[in-house]
Amino acid sequence: MSNQKLKVVHYLNQFYGGIGGEDKADHHPEERAGVLGPGMALQAALGADAEVVATVICGDSYFAENIESALHTVITMIKAHAPDIVVTGPAFNAGRYGVACGAVAKAVFEELRVPVVSGMYPENPGVEMYCRYAYIVRTGNSAADMRKAIPAIANLVKALGKKEEVAPETHAYIPQGLRKNYFHTERGAKRAVDMLVAKINAQPFVTEYPMPHFDRVAPNMPIADARKVKIALVTSGGIVPKGNPDHIESSSASRYGKYDLQGVTDLTPESFATAHGGYDPVYANLDADRVLPLDVLREMEKAGEIGSLHRYFYTTVGNGTAVANCAAFAKKIAQELVNDGVHAVILTST
Amino acid sequence: MRLELCSITIRDVRFSSQTEVKGDVLYVDKQEMIDFCRDERLASIDIEIAKPNEATRIVPVKDVIEPRVKVEGGGGMFPGFVSKVDMVGSGITHVLKGVAVVTTGKIVGFQEGIIDMSGPGAQYTPFSETLNVVVVAEPQAGLLQHDHEAALRTMGLKAAAYLGEAGRHAKPSSTEVFDCPPLPQALKQFPGLPKVAYVYMLQSQGLLHDTYVYGIDAKRTLPTFIYPTEVMDGAIVSGNCVSACDKNTTFHHQNSPIIHELFARHGRDYNFIGVVVTNENVTLSDKERSSNFTAKLIEWLGVDAAIISEEGFGNPDADLMMNCVKLEKKGIKTVLVTDEYAGQDGASQSLADADPLADAVVTAGNANQVIVLPKMQKVIGHKETADVIAGGWHGSLAADGSITAEIQVITGSTNELGFSRLTAKGV
Repeated sequence: MSNQKLKVVHYLNQFYGGIGGEDKADHHPEERAGVLGPGMALQAALGADAEVVATVICGDSYFAENIESALHTVITMIKAHAPDIVVTGPAFNAGRYGVACGAVAKAVFEELRVPVVSGMYPENPGVEMYCRYAYIVRTGNSAADMRKAIPAIANLVKALGKKEEVAPETHAYIPQGLRKNYFHTERGAKRAVDMLVAKINAQPFVTEYPMPHFDRVAPNMPIADARKVKIALVTSGGIVPKGNPDHIESSSASRYGKYDLQGVTDLTPESFATAHGGYDPVYANLDADRVLPLDVLREMEKAGEIGSLHRYFYTTVGNGTAVANCAAFAKKIAQELVNDGVHAVILTST
Repeated sequence: MRLELCSITIRDVRFSSQTEVKGDVLYVDKQEMIDFCRDERLASIDIEIAKPNEATRIVPVKDVIEPRVKVEGGGGMFPGFVSKVDMVGSGITHVLKGVAVVTTGKIVGFQEGIIDMSGPGAQYTPFSETLNVVVVAEPQAGLLQHDHEAALRTMGLKAAAYLGEAGRHAKPSSTEVFDCPPLPQALKQFPGLPKVAYVYMLQSQGLLHDTYVYGIDAKRTLPTFIYPTEVMDGAIVSGNCVSACDKNTTFHHQNSPIIHELFARHGRDYNFIGVVVTNENVTLSDKERSSNFTAKLIEWLGVDAAIISEEGFGNPDADLMMNCVKLEKKGIKTVLVTDEYAGQDGASQSLADADPLADAVVTAGNANQVIVLPKMQKVIGHKETADVIAGGWHGSLAADGSITAEIQVITGSTNELGFSRLTAKGV
C-alpha cells in the first residue's frame, strides 16, 4: 500500500448531520466536504492514518420513501470520492436510520467493492437485513454509547485499511452470517465424542453449525384441466445441448441454461447430454428424456392431453450448488416463465 | 469379538525384485504387483510411488486403501471382494502403517479427487502424509462407467491386499486391542455409565454413489448391527465417485475415526455398545424405512446417546435429519457430523435440510472454499480432469499448470467421519 492516507466517506442521517430532527426527515441527499457531527470524533480517533474526505447526509423518511432514487444519489455522491472505506452511522437502535445505513452498505459493497463499517444495537432491524454487507460494530441502544462506538468503528476502519484479518471476537462487530473454514486443534471425530459427553451430562457445549431457519414451500393446488395450460420443463438434472455450450459446472453451478425445444420431439444421444457431476451419466446420456421428459410431453401435446409445451427449457446442475445460487436462478426463471404465459412447470431433479 | 490390531510402521517404500517388509521399509516388486492386479476390463496398469513433501500431484484419485492382512482369526481382508464372505473382526490383523494404495487413471465419472504431496493443498488431505503406492489403470476402450468403477474398485482392494500380505510375518511396532463382547455382557459392563452407540451412514444413492458391506451394495440392505472390529478388517469398502472432499475412501472406513475415538473414552465416560450401519437411498420411502429401522435398532440397544455421521451432501442431508429427529424423539441424544456447502463466499445456507432438534453438530468445513493449487513438477494421472471434477470448473486448470478450484476437489478435505481437523465457524 502507498503512503497515501486512507480515504473515508461518512454517511449520516439528517439528525446527526445537523440538519434537524424528525421535522427535517424528508431532507434530500446532500454532500458536504470533510467531517460533520460524529465524524469529528471519528476523524480524531482515526488520527493521521485516514481522512474523512466527505459526508453524505440524507433524511430518514426521504430515504425510506424514495429508496431507489435516494440510494442512487447517495451512491453517486460516495463514488465520486473513490473512497477506500465507507462508514455509515452509527445508528444505535434507530430503525429507519439503521435500515438506511445498511442499504447504503449493501450498495457500496456490491457496486464499489470497498468495505463498509457501521455501528448498531443488535436488535436494530438494519442488522438482520444487512449484516452480511457491513462490519457492524455492536453498540448500545442510544447515542449515549457514542463515546464507545466511535473508537470501535475507527479501530475496524484502520484494520481493514491495513488489510488485517478481522473477526467478530477481536473487532467487536456483529457476525456477518458467513461460514469460514479453519483448522481446529482436534479432529472432528474427537470433537464429536467430546460434544456427546457434554450433551449426555447436560454440560454446556457449542454446536459448530447452528441450524438455520429452513424455507419449506407448500405445494400449489393441482391444475384443474391440463388440456388448457402451457407447461414448461425445468430441471436440476443438468441436461444440456451436447458439448455444454454455456459450460454449466458439474458441481456448485454458478449459472443455468435456457435452450430452444422448437421442432425437437425426442432428446437423442447425438444432441443432448448431462453436465451433472453427481450421478452416473450413462443412462441420461443414452436417453436424456429420462431426466427431461420431452418425448412424453410431445406425445401428450399431440394428443391434446396438455395445452402446449413451452418453447424453452431451463436447466442447471443441482449438485453442491449453494442454496443462495439456486434461489437466485429460480427467481429469474420464474419471472420469465410468468412473463411468457406459462401456467405450470414440471421440475425434475436427479 | 476381540481383535488385536498390530501396526508395522513403514518409513519408506522402494521398488525392488521382491515384495517384502524389511525393517521399516516396504519393498515392492512392481511387475509382480501389476500381474496380481490385472483385470480384463483394464487395458493397462502401472505403479508409481508418491512420498510426502514431493512436488507431486495425483489426479483423478478414485480410492485410497490401507494395506492390511489377516494373520489370525476367521476370514480375510475385504470380505466379499478379495476374500470370501466369512465374518471378520476377530483374531489378529497386521497393518502397514504409513502406506496407502491410491488408485487413479482415466476418470470414471466427474467425482474423483486430487492429492497434492506438498504445497497449500497438502494440508487439506491426510494422504499427503502417507507413502502412496499409486496404481494407474487405464480402461479398455468403450468400457461403461459403472463397469470401469467396479474394475478400479476391485483392483484397488487387490493391490492393498497384495501389499498387506508382505506384512504378515513382520514384527509389529505397536498393538491395540479392541474387545467387543456379546450384547448381554456389553450392557452389564461399567454399570452407572451412560451407554452410547454409533450410527454409521453409508453413501448409497446409486449411479456410482455406492458403498459395499461384505460385498453387498448398501442400498440393497436394511440397517444392521456391525461389530466395530469388522470395519477394521475391511468389511466396508468404498465404491464411490462422489465429491472427493467428503467421500469416505476405503482407508477412512478401515480407520473409522468415530469408532476409534469412541473406544478412547470407553469405560471411563460411557459404555460404547455398538454400531448400526445404515444407507442413504434416494426415494422418500427408502429414507423413511431406513431411518425407522435405524431408530429402532438404536433403541433396541438401549443406549442413551449416539453419534451420527453422514457421507456426501445434499440429498443425504435429509437422511441425516431423519435419523437425528427420530432418535431425539425417542429420548436418545444425538451429535451429528457433517460438512457444509455454504457457497464460495460462505454466505449461503450450508445444508439442504435442517431441524431444530439437530442442536449438536460437528462440521468438517465448507467444501465450496476456493483454493489455488500451484503447478507440481510431477503429475500422476490426468491433470486435465481438474476442469470437470466436482468442485472444478471450465478453466480451473490454468496454462501454467496451477489449479483454481473449490476444496471439494481434494480427497478427504471435509471428511464427515471426522478424520481431519478442518472445520468452519460463523463470522
